[in-house]
Amino acid sequence: MTLSLQDVGGAVPPPAGGGAVGGRARRRLQRWRSGGGRSGAGPLPSREPPADGQTQELSKEEKLQLRKDKKQQKKKRRDEKGQPPESSIPGHPQAPPPGAVPPVPAAVPSEGLAGSEKPAGGKSKAELRAERRAKQEADRALKQTKKVESTPAAAPAKPRLPPSEPQSMVKRVPEHVQVDDPAAQRRLAKKLERQQVPLRPDYGAKVNLFSHLHQYSRKVPLTQQMTSPATAIHPAVVRLGLQYSQGLLNGSNARCLALLQVFRQVIRDYSTPPNEELSRDLVARLKPYISFLNQCRPLSASMGNAIKYLKKEISGLSSSLREEEAKGKLQGSIDGYVREKIQLAAEAISKYAFEKISDGDVILVYGCSSLVNRTLCDAHDNGRAFRVIVVDSRPRLEGRDTLRRLVREGIRCTYVMITAISYVLPEVSKVLLGAHALLANGSVMSRVGTSQIALVSKAYNVPVLVCCETYKFCERVQTDSFVSNELDDPDDLIVPGKGGAQLRGWKENSSLRLLNLVYDVTPPELVDLVITDLGMIPCTSVPVVLRVKNVEQ
Amino acid sequence: MEFQAVVMAAGGGSRMMDLTSSIPKPLLPVGNKPLIWYPLNLLERIGFEEVIVVTTKEVQKLLNLDTKMKLDIVCIPDDADMGTADSLRHIHQKIKTDVLVLSCDLITDVALHEVVDLFRAHDATLSILMKKAQEPTEMVPGQKGKKKPVEQRDFIGVDDTGKRLLFMANEADLDEELVIKRSLLQKHPRMHIRTGLVDAHLYCLKKYVVDFLAENRSLTSIRSELIPYLVRKQFSSPTSLRQGQDNKEQDQKKDQKSLDIYSYMKGDSLLEFAPDKSCWNGHSIDLNEALHGGKVRCYVHIMKEGLCYRVNTLGLYIEANRQVPKLLSTLLCPEEPLVHVSAQVMDRGLVGSDSIIGSSTQVGEKTSIKHSIIGSTCTIKDRVKITNCIIMNSVTIEEGSSLQSCLVCHNAVIEKGADLRDCLIGSSQRLEPKCKQGAVFIMRFELMKGTGYFLNFLPYSLSFFPPGCSSKLMGRFCSRNMGPCHIRMDFFVQATSS
Repeated sequence: MTLSLQDVGGAVPPPAGGGAVGGRARRRLQRWRSGGGRSGAGPLPSREPPADGQTQELSKEEKLQLRKDKKQQKKKRRDEKGQPPESSIPGHPQAPPPGAVPPVPAAVPSEGLAGSEKPAGGKSKAELRAERRAKQEADRALKQTKKVESTPAAAPAKPRLPPSEPQSMVKRVPEHVQVDDPAAQRRLAKKLERQQVPLRPDYGAKVNLFSHLHQYSRKVPLTQQMTSPATAIHPAVVRLGLQYSQGLLNGSNARCLALLQVFRQVIRDYSTPPNEELSRDLVARLKPYISFLNQCRPLSASMGNAIKYLKKEISGLSSSLREEEAKGKLQGSIDGYVREKIQLAAEAISKYAFEKISDGDVILVYGCSSLVNRTLCDAHDNGRAFRVIVVDSRPRLEGRDTLRRLVREGIRCTYVMITAISYVLPEVSKVLLGAHALLANGSVMSRVGTSQIALVSKAYNVPVLVCCETYKFCERVQTDSFVSNELDDPDDLIVPGKGGAQLRGWKENSSLRLLNLVYDVTPPELVDLVITDLGMIPCTSVPVVLRVKNVEQ
Repeated sequence: MEFQAVVMAAGGGSRMMDLTSSIPKPLLPVGNKPLIWYPLNLLERIGFEEVIVVTTKEVQKLLNLDTKMKLDIVCIPDDADMGTADSLRHIHQKIKTDVLVLSCDLITDVALHEVVDLFRAHDATLSILMKKAQEPTEMVPGQKGKKKPVEQRDFIGVDDTGKRLLFMANEADLDEELVIKRSLLQKHPRMHIRTGLVDAHLYCLKKYVVDFLAENRSLTSIRSELIPYLVRKQFSSPTSLRQGQDNKEQDQKKDQKSLDIYSYMKGDSLLEFAPDKSCWNGHSIDLNEALHGGKVRCYVHIMKEGLCYRVNTLGLYIEANRQVPKLLSTLLCPEEPLVHVSAQVMDRGLVGSDSIIGSSTQVGEKTSIKHSIIGSTCTIKDRVKITNCIIMNSVTIEEGSSLQSCLVCHNAVIEKGADLRDCLIGSSQRLEPKCKQGAVFIMRFELMKGTGYFLNFLPYSLSFFPPGCSSKLMGRFCSRNMGPCHIRMDFFVQATSS
């Protein structure tokens, strides 16, 4: 786990074949690299040893950083030790404690906790303790990381990317953020050709900053280039891909559920060819399907995790199993995943969140999150009296869907567009948001607009709670919305009106670009609490959860 | 296997008896290919490897196609008058998956994946192809300036996206007004009713529809019974059906079969699987459930541009022939030259670029051919002028003739110096030298199918003549003694403009 975390944090190897990558791309990579290093759940040092000249300087910096961290941790531990005796003496609460630095009890917890405490308001001690423990664990994990780190870093003048380094350590820049690199595109084309999956053409001009991302048109589906009784790809996968690309299946959970359902069907219809081993052949069979789906719409973090899980299950099958048994076992494990990671997790989150919703609350939600909807409906069913403000944005207008579900349950709702958010926030008591993924540095990746809402809420001192199942936790680290994101069909921004759509000819106009961004990243500072199926944690505890999960598996 | 394709080629072509009396409709040459080649080519282009062709014995004998696909030819008995739904029922045991049904008279350059994708993405029960009707650009030979009465119109109701098929009615079934169900309007308060659309008779159907059809014998035609039934069923829930059944208990058994398509459905739809998770409902206006919870869903793809012909009348047959050279050279088989390699043409320069000349045809000197299609093994002598014509196989045209906008069927002979305009010349006819005709209809009919045709036929062919021209009708009945269903006659009609 620690290794992979480093990989992500420090992550980017020098662009392959230096000269091939344009200056802009390199700058971006650097930005990403430095960003990742800076923010990775605390001071994560860059894994790559720097070039000779800078070794001293950087290592100094690192050392400084390390020292600071240690100090902090020591201080914290001291604080925590100091706290119980203090509170256990009820005799003189007013008396200022002796000593040069008078420690104020309320200000004791470390910075990380300060943020999470405010929204909690009536948080119980047990919760606080749990949080602290999580925090400690996170710190310990970091320390370990650093230990591992410090050994190679200590070796002076290590060459850039030594050949002795094992291949698994080199995390390649994923293909889907290298669209502007012709070499990477050629690699992709080759790979797809091998897998007999057609290549979906990019559509229209992109905004400069996002030229490294794919942008497809809904009107040009991948099936255009395929035979119609789908032969190379399972019909159910084709259908699913179309539903993704047409936007009929939306939302992280729905997409993941549908994917698992389809793969279940694929496994049911699968039969091992002679002279092949099921565990190997099935993985090879799934690969083109996955690249097909990835082209229909880039995979969500939830789908990525589910696929990882499924692949692991397949390769973990013992070869002594008969085919039917193996298939049954796989289908069982898919069902198990759906039940545990999605359905039961939603139930648990709904229960935890119920504690956070009190009578008379005015809750602000944004867009459409199946989890938030469920939570609100459950709370309503359990007799909480609250009001909901549904915030919506163009072009998808997903908030209407939320509205539909909540109003049907009889919850009182107000519907505003995101532009009116500062107007409604004074009356809001809590902001409840869904998430596309939770990243390893604690950032929340969610529908574009979420970070804006979190920011304004912060300004109005309204607590921001994020609901997210742990299966959406992702080992990636991201500090901005530029590097890894998704571009939707820019034609969606054209709103046909009575007077004709003015943007219709946008492609002909060389000085006009449309940007239909799908996600954004909310920094952890703006999120007070994440409600997961493991309980309520600050979003900086994501690495801990990921580590525990990895150990379990 | 995702789809099976079925081509319906058993129809008699009753609306163009002038041609189909001698050549069965699937084999009518269009651009020197039999008509049925076009739907088969459409299927082959998109990647089908097997096709089921439903046809008659007569066609099967004559059918000789070079296609890479595996054709499974199923003959239906000649005597049975079977509709398309009957045909589908006839072969339902061969149907294992969802099915794509085409008519043999469809010529189109549609990107078929659009229809199929509608079907796939929305998990539809049915998706069909339609096209805006076009006025034929050219006149029909044998017919001068007068248009046939417009066919009975269809009223098609679609939703705002123009994809969901909500309503369908034919003028023939309507009285004074259009009746729209309240349940439809509740779910779709905005509906666009369109006319002037041509149904291409191309249907994607779910497997369970075929199962339903197999049990339910009362439906005979896909187009006029099954499709309207499915479209209507979108807005009636299965529960209300059951109540209806209780009321009519006496013919309950029949009703159960005819009403309940829902019992044939299987619930493996993804859109139904995760409905409360997905934030999409397909209609952003109201607060209803996604897709209104309907399980039967019909979709239509309306072609905005491109070609789409159903060759079911003489006019459309000619129109299709005019358009096909473009289509053939660009899309359907670009590797095949329009002028066949074995054709002997003296003056290449006089053959227009949009003309097709078939194999082993000889074209003499100083013969100009423009916008025309000439079949195989024809002999065209010197100094002939052919413009806007369709000439079928083994036709002989002697020196100095001039043909304009004519349709000449197989084995006809046109003697020297003929000057023909807007003529339709039947099979094996021989025109005398120096014959001068305008808007003439020269044929010899053999009607084999029954008196009904005869009775329908007379006024129909007479209507070809413009009013005010003196027409001579010469009918010679050769034999009428072979029983009630077998009439044979020679029929010669001649008309000259005054």
